[in-house]
Amino acid sequence: MISILAFLLLAIAGTAWFVVNMRKVRRNILLGKEADRSDRKSERIQTLIRVALGQSKMVTRPVSATMHILVYAGFVLINIEVMEMFIDGAFGTHRALSFMGSFYNFLIAFFEVLAFGVTLGCAVFLIRRNIVKVKRFLNKELDGWPRTDANLILCSEIILMSALFIMNAADQTLQQHGDAHYHAAGSFPISQLIAPLFSGMSDGSLIFIERFCWWLHIVGIFGFLNYLPYSKHFHILLAFPNTYYSNLELKGKFTNLDAVTDVVKPNFDPSYQPITDPNSPQRFGAKDVFDLSWKQLLDAYSCTECGRCTSSCPQNITGKKLSPRKIMMDTRDRLEEVGKNMDANGGTFKDDGKSLLGDYISTEEIWACNTCNACVQECPINIDPLGIIIDLRRYLVMEQSSAPNELNTMFTNMENNGAPWQFSPSDRLNWAKEN
Amino acid sequence: MAEMLSNGETPEILFWVGCSGSFDDRAKKITKAIVRILNHVGIKFAVLGTEESCSGDPAKRAGNEFLFQMQAMSNITVMNGYEVKKIVTGCPHCYNTIKNEYPSLGGNYEVVHHTQLVQELINQGKLKVQGGEFKGKKIVFHDPCYLGRANEVYEAPREVIQKLDVELAEMKRSRANGLCCGAGGAQMFKEAEKGNREVNTERTEEALSHNPDVIAVGCPFCNTMMTDGVKHFNKEQQTKVLDVAEMIATANDL
Repeated sequence: MISILAFLLLAIAGTAWFVVNMRKVRRNILLGKEADRSDRKSERIQTLIRVALGQSKMVTRPVSATMHILVYAGFVLINIEVMEMFIDGAFGTHRALSFMGSFYNFLIAFFEVLAFGVTLGCAVFLIRRNIVKVKRFLNKELDGWPRTDANLILCSEIILMSALFIMNAADQTLQQHGDAHYHAAGSFPISQLIAPLFSGMSDGSLIFIERFCWWLHIVGIFGFLNYLPYSKHFHILLAFPNTYYSNLELKGKFTNLDAVTDVVKPNFDPSYQPITDPNSPQRFGAKDVFDLSWKQLLDAYSCTECGRCTSSCPQNITGKKLSPRKIMMDTRDRLEEVGKNMDANGGTFKDDGKSLLGDYISTEEIWACNTCNACVQECPINIDPLGIIIDLRRYLVMEQSSAPNELNTMFTNMENNGAPWQFSPSDRLNWAKEN
Repeated sequence: MAEMLSNGETPEILFWVGCSGSFDDRAKKITKAIVRILNHVGIKFAVLGTEESCSGDPAKRAGNEFLFQMQAMSNITVMNGYEVKKIVTGCPHCYNTIKNEYPSLGGNYEVVHHTQLVQELINQGKLKVQGGEFKGKKIVFHDPCYLGRANEVYEAPREVIQKLDVELAEMKRSRANGLCCGAGGAQMFKEAEKGNREVNTERTEEALSHNPDVIAVGCPFCNTMMTDGVKHFNKEQQTKVLDVAEMIATANDL
C-alpha cells in the first residue's frame, strides 16, 4: 500500500513539474514574432513522418544514424513496457499484462533486445565523444555544461537500461524459486546471461534487488522527463512539432520583410495598401530573441547540439568563428535567460541591458556566413540557423547602419549604378559589342 | 528588349545577363557562350541591356532588405512593362532571387538557369551536342549553392556535361552536400573573417584531388573563386575552370 502511494505521489509530482516547465517553455517560445505555418497540413504531416519518425536526414552519416536508430527505437518501444510498470505501480500488481501469455513473453524478450540496442548505442556514443573524439564534439561552444549534459544523458540511459536487465534477472530467479508474487512470466534472452550471478541469493535479497531496480527505473523515467526541458535532449519531444512546422519553401527563398515592402512599394504603386499595422512599428531584423519568430525559438529549444551543421559549414571548416550550432545554442541560452528574468519579475520582462546580438552572438560570426544553406540541409530535424543569421544582419544594416565597410561600398554601388561594382549602368551592354 | 518590341517582335525568352555577366571580363565570356547557344538554336531572345539592374541578391543576403526591394521593384516594373513571361539567367543568384523572391513583390515569371535551358534544348533535339575537345576528358562539377541546395537543381548541369562524352568525377562533397566556393552571402564583396584558410582554397583542393582537366561550374562567382583557387595551387596549366555553357559552345564550335 505504501509503495502504491509512493508511486502515485511520484507520478503526480513528476507529471505536474513537467507540465509547469513545459508551460514556461511554451510561454518563452511564444515571445517570438508571428510566423504563419498553418498551411499545407498534409505536407507537414508527411514531413514529420519522414524526417522525425523516419529519421530520413540522419542517414547521411551511417554510423551515428545506425546507433541513433537503435537508441530511438528502444526508447519509443520500451515505453510499452513502462506502461505496464505504471499499471503495476498504481495497482500493486506484478507484470499485469502477462495474461497475454506467449505474446507477452515475446514482447518482454523483444524489449530486452531493444534495451540491449539502447545500451550498445549509448556506449558507442560515449566512445565517439570521449575516446575517439569525433571532431564535431570538440568545438569550443560545447565546453562546460553542454558536454557534461551530453555525457549525463548517455550515462543515465545506460543506467536505466541496466536497471531493466538487473530487475529482469532478479525476477526470473525469483520465478524459478517459485515465489508466489513472482509468477512465471516473460522471456529474457539478455538478462538470462547475468541471471546466474543471482542464483545463490536469498529471496529477500532478490526481492530487494528487483524492487530497487524497478524503482530506479521508474524514478529514472520521471527524472529524465523533467530533465528534458533543461537539456539538449529536449529534441526527443520537440523534433516532432519542429519538423511539422518546417519551412516548406525552397531553401533559397528568403522572406521578404512586409514592413520594408510597405515603405518601398508606394514609390512604385501609388494605390498600394500597406500590409503591416502602422500603429505597431516593428524593428527591422533582430537584435534580441523577441525579434525572432516563434519558429526560430522552437528551433533553438529543439537543437540537440549534434553539430552536423557546424561540421558542414564552409566558414567553420576553414577555421572561422562562425558555428551554426553555436547560433542555436546562444539563442536558447538567451531565451532561457529572458524566461528566468520574467519568472523573477512576476511574468514581465525587465530590461537587463543585454541582447542576443552582442552579448551572445558577435558580429564577426554573422558576417562570416556564406548563406550556402549547408547547415539547414544538414540538420536532421530541419532547424534553420541561417534565418537567424540573416535577421541579425538585417538589424545591423537597417537599424544600425553598421555593415563592414566593403559591404557599405557594395550597397552604395548598387544604389548608384545598379551593380555591386563601380561600373556605369550605360556600359551594361558593352559585352555585346566586344569580341 | 525595347528594340525588339519597337520592331513588333515578341521574344520567346528574356536572357537575364546579370552584373557579373555584363561587367566582369571573365564572366562576359560565359554570357557570350550562352548567346552563341541561343543564336545557334534560333531562339528569339532579348536582353534588357541598360534597363537591367542588379537583381538585389548581394544586398538581400547582406541584410539590406530596403535596397533589395528597391532593386526588385525597379526590375519588376521594367519586366512587367515588357510583359516578360520566361527568363533564362546566366547566374544562379539572379535565378534564385527572381524565381523565388520576386513573386510576392509582383514579379511572376517562369525562370530557368542556363544549364536547365541547355538541357531542355538537348532533350527537345534542338541542340545536338558533341564532345569535341572535351571528349574523354576528366571533369568535376562544382555545385553552385544557389542552384543546388537552394533550388534543388542537381541533375541538369550533370546531364549536359555528360553529353560531351566526358568522364564526370564526383567530389565527396557534392549535390546536397556540396561545399560552397566561398563567394555567396555577399562574401564576394568583402575580406574573409579570421581563420585558417580561405573557403575557395578548401574547395579547389577537393576538386583538384581528382586531377581533372576541367572544373565545371554554373555560376560566375564560383568561376572566380575556383579560378583563384587553381592559381593558388599553380595548376592553371593542368586544370581549366569553365562554365557549362562555355564547354557546350566550345565543343560544338558555336
